[in-house]
Amino acid sequence: MSDVTPAAAGTLSGVRDVLTAVDVTVDYRGHPPVRAVDGVSVSIAPGEVVALVGESGCGKSSFARAVVGIEKRSGGTVHLDGADVPFLGLRRRGVQSTGIQMVFQDPNSSLNPRRRVADQINDGIRTAVARGDASSSAADWLERVGLAADAGRRYPHEFSGGQKQRIAIARALAARPHMLVADEPISALDASTQTAVAALMRSLSLEAGAGMLFISHDLSVVRRIADRTLVMYQGRIVESGHTETVWQNPIHPYTQALLAAIPIPDGAGRLPLAPLEEHRAAWTQVIPEAIDRELAA
Amino acid sequence: MMNTRIKRPRIHLGAWGAPLGIIGAVIALAWIVVAFLAPVIAPHDPLAQDLPRLQAPGGDTILGTDSLGRDVFSRLISGAGVTIPLALLLVVLSVLIGTILGSIAGFFGRWVDETIMRITDLVMAFPTVILAMVIAAALGASLLNAVYAALIVSWPSYARLTRGLVLGLRSSNYVVSGRLLGFSPWRSLWRDIAPNIIGPILVLASLDIGTAILLLSGLSFLGLGAKPPTAEWGSMVSDAIGNFDQWWLGVFPGLAILTVVVAFNFVGDALRDALDPKSATLRGGGPTL
Repeated sequence: MSDVTPAAAGTLSGVRDVLTAVDVTVDYRGHPPVRAVDGVSVSIAPGEVVALVGESGCGKSSFARAVVGIEKRSGGTVHLDGADVPFLGLRRRGVQSTGIQMVFQDPNSSLNPRRRVADQINDGIRTAVARGDASSSAADWLERVGLAADAGRRYPHEFSGGQKQRIAIARALAARPHMLVADEPISALDASTQTAVAALMRSLSLEAGAGMLFISHDLSVVRRIADRTLVMYQGRIVESGHTETVWQNPIHPYTQALLAAIPIPDGAGRLPLAPLEEHRAAWTQVIPEAIDRELAA
Repeated sequence: MMNTRIKRPRIHLGAWGAPLGIIGAVIALAWIVVAFLAPVIAPHDPLAQDLPRLQAPGGDTILGTDSLGRDVFSRLISGAGVTIPLALLLVVLSVLIGTILGSIAGFFGRWVDETIMRITDLVMAFPTVILAMVIAAALGASLLNAVYAALIVSWPSYARLTRGLVLGLRSSNYVVSGRLLGFSPWRSLWRDIAPNIIGPILVLASLDIGTAILLLSGLSFLGLGAKPPTAEWGSMVSDAIGNFDQWWLGVFPGLAILTVVVAFNFVGDALRDALDPKSATLRGGGPTL
């Protein structure tokens, strides 16, 4: 397929990218209108986990929704396996576009409360079969996400938040997506469940050979699961590259502030300082060297 | 493997402990049974004019006879078989039309929504009974025409309710997840949305049965529903007007209408309270007529 846009932001691996988003822009109408996402590009290879971090309201969720097509893009393109990902309008989504799936933040609203869990996972399996992929069983998926195989007979209200999120992950992965977009999938969970669910998402998407865009504001989890990290501030990517490089040696003042804001559990009881208003002006600056940082030698 | 019970997320009927709801359900059920058994349990032919005229209650005729020598009790119970099934038919048809149009309006939005909602506004702007009278008069007096007339004015409330509920769920995460999995709009509506909005619609429907009975009897009372020999409660009350001294002619059919309407309203109120304790009215009953 030669219609893949080559101008996409560089990737670390040589494998052909599964997702290519170029200059994605999202505007919200209003007075005044808000540009939530301002020309964000990212390419994700199969089996690669890319994290998008930033403070609340920086546009990371809007970007995630625009990539999947839930939010209307006012500019830019998103291609999945070389084919355009259209806006999810009123029409039925085409077979090819079902290769991109999403996991939402709130586990309580991501499952239909009046349908059995297995039925909902079967919806995902049916999607995979419709695309010509192999079939699978709901019980199998439940076991893979760490639940009992017979949990499928139950209804969502019988599960905890973390378990519901596992079921939502099972449903998304049962569709055998090439690309999984997770919009703060762990922020509604308690601390001990967060790491487990995040690690599960990484291992399952790697196993499936799917790319994953993981939106989070929890930097310590991101460090553990992401190959690459994108730092977003006010709708723009201010720093990006190998997770370890960005983590060890942040260039952009916003990334530095973000990492400095992580509390250190050293028993000293020190809380990170709140960012000052004058710092915010520096955070909007564009530093070209901070983009696409390679792994340090 | 543990044989655990699977709890389905049911409508919790805890508030059915409300005595008025139980009383209402018992009376409503009793009337429905009477409606079905009317031909069997009626002591006289409701249409036969073979008894002494204007006989007071007592003796052979429990509730007396009317000005044409017909047994009031037999007419009353066969009247249940006329009005209640038609009221149920009316509510079922209104729910069908209203929920289908409301779902389409809520799910598809834009001009589809605008068009359907402006039509409901238009119909709802008319006084219900007067519009039904006009339609019944235009179609001609018959019970079925009265149902059609009532149908035209009664579906919009379901359309509005359904539209609001669908609109609220349309952008919920599980509906969006379904759409991302390739659900067609119809599949989304049927599998993901319908099971979650059926409760409030059932409540409105149960509250509406009483209103439907009142509307149909009202149209018959005005001479726009049941034709003369038919034993219908509204037309029985209407016949009583000419014989004011014979109180039993009007009081018994009037009481029949009253008990049925109040019973169905109690059931509807109890259902509503069971579904949403926040909207509970004082002691379970409420002014819904």
